[in-house]
Amino acid sequence: MKAFKQAFSVARKDLALELRTKESVNAAGAFSIAILILFSFAFDPFSEAIHELAAGLLWLTFAFAGALVFNRGFARELPNECLDTLLASPLAPSSLLIGKAIGVFFLLLLVEVVSLFVFGVFYNIRWWLHPGELALTCALASWGIAITGSVFGALTVNLRLRELMLPVIIYPLLVPLLVGAIEMTNALLGNQPFTSYEWLWAKVLIVFDIVFTSLAIALAETILVN
Amino acid sequence: MTAAIEIAHIWKYYGDYPALRDCTLSVAEGSCCALLGRNGAGKTTLLRILAGLSHFQRGTVRLFGTAPRTGETRRRTGFLGHGIGVYEDLSARENLQFFARIADVPNARGVVSGWLERVGLERVADMPVRQFSRGMRQRLALARTFLHAPNVLLLDEPFTSLDDRAIHMLSQLLVEARARQATIILSTHQLREAMAIASHVALIENGRLRFSGERTQAMLDDPALLYRLHAEPGAA
Repeated sequence: MKAFKQAFSVARKDLALELRTKESVNAAGAFSIAILILFSFAFDPFSEAIHELAAGLLWLTFAFAGALVFNRGFARELPNECLDTLLASPLAPSSLLIGKAIGVFFLLLLVEVVSLFVFGVFYNIRWWLHPGELALTCALASWGIAITGSVFGALTVNLRLRELMLPVIIYPLLVPLLVGAIEMTNALLGNQPFTSYEWLWAKVLIVFDIVFTSLAIALAETILVN
Repeated sequence: MTAAIEIAHIWKYYGDYPALRDCTLSVAEGSCCALLGRNGAGKTTLLRILAGLSHFQRGTVRLFGTAPRTGETRRRTGFLGHGIGVYEDLSARENLQFFARIADVPNARGVVSGWLERVGLERVADMPVRQFSRGMRQRLALARTFLHAPNVLLLDEPFTSLDDRAIHMLSQLLVEARARQATIILSTHQLREAMAIASHVALIENGRLRFSGERTQAMLDDPALLYRLHAEPGAA
């Protein structure tokens, strides 16, 4: 219970900082919108092909925008040696890592919501027909991106080429998660309810999230201190 | 008196360079040890090892009989490093409230208000730290370090950027901490202030502990005496 309280304190602090500075949300939001608008000029929004490409385009945009968010997660702790202060404090390293991921998760959801509205306007796709399933897909995939991004963000925080290294390391790991999210979103954008195929992908996403969350908790001390 | 901090035969290397060489130091519970030495002598490295932030190659470190990085040890330790460890875009109050929450301080709001008043920041409590002077930042960092009433205080040059009044305030805080049996190690170049507060003194030079022992009246009368007696020629 205390660990959860600590994690939520870290997330609350990160969200408060982001609300003040808007460093990563502005960058990620602007990037997502720009990409979606630019691709809308490349494809005919009234063609059938757009329905087949839309989900992939959407999740790749979210994944790239996510990098802008989770790159800032631990980098925010570098000025004034805040990371050292946190590591020497009573805060459990696992709570720090989970707290960071919770912060990134909510920021990603915010970017996704804004992007979906732009997507609906420019691609003539009614994405809101199955809101429950879409929310589930976004939540499962976003948590996967957030926890993986936070773990590797912690590992690369002291690297000089952090902004470059982090996406290079993380995207290959996210492949199963992105494939699952794309398959699930594909059905939803085609106005199809989930079948057993999409539910199977939902289970893959759940397993991905559980595995990476467990690894983050178990290895937090090693990742952050060693 | 039982030893709160025990360092035995510590060796720490940065690459091939030995930053600490066979350092052994014992600090009794409730005492205040002034860690003296020139720039680059190894004071910060030693404090970072005690705070569990840096690994060492040989030797043992114990805080109240346990390793520095256990949850219990971290709960009992207050660490002030070279960085002030506060967030520029949060206000002083928000910073302290955050650190109070993660340390599970009871009645956090009241405690935070009390500390803001104590360090003289109550009038600027809701201003972002970004707008603070260096001295104000250091006072906020001190409040953050003392906030959860730690039993062990590891302070790396705590007098930095403080004016006379703030130095007096910090000296008072250290005296009060000792009165509640807190153990203090502080590294500093402010010899006079350090000698006035410390019960023990340790001199470190080129990674070696040259002297450790009780602070004597002679050291109080002549703060540079220790350097003249124990440091290499030209160290003082």
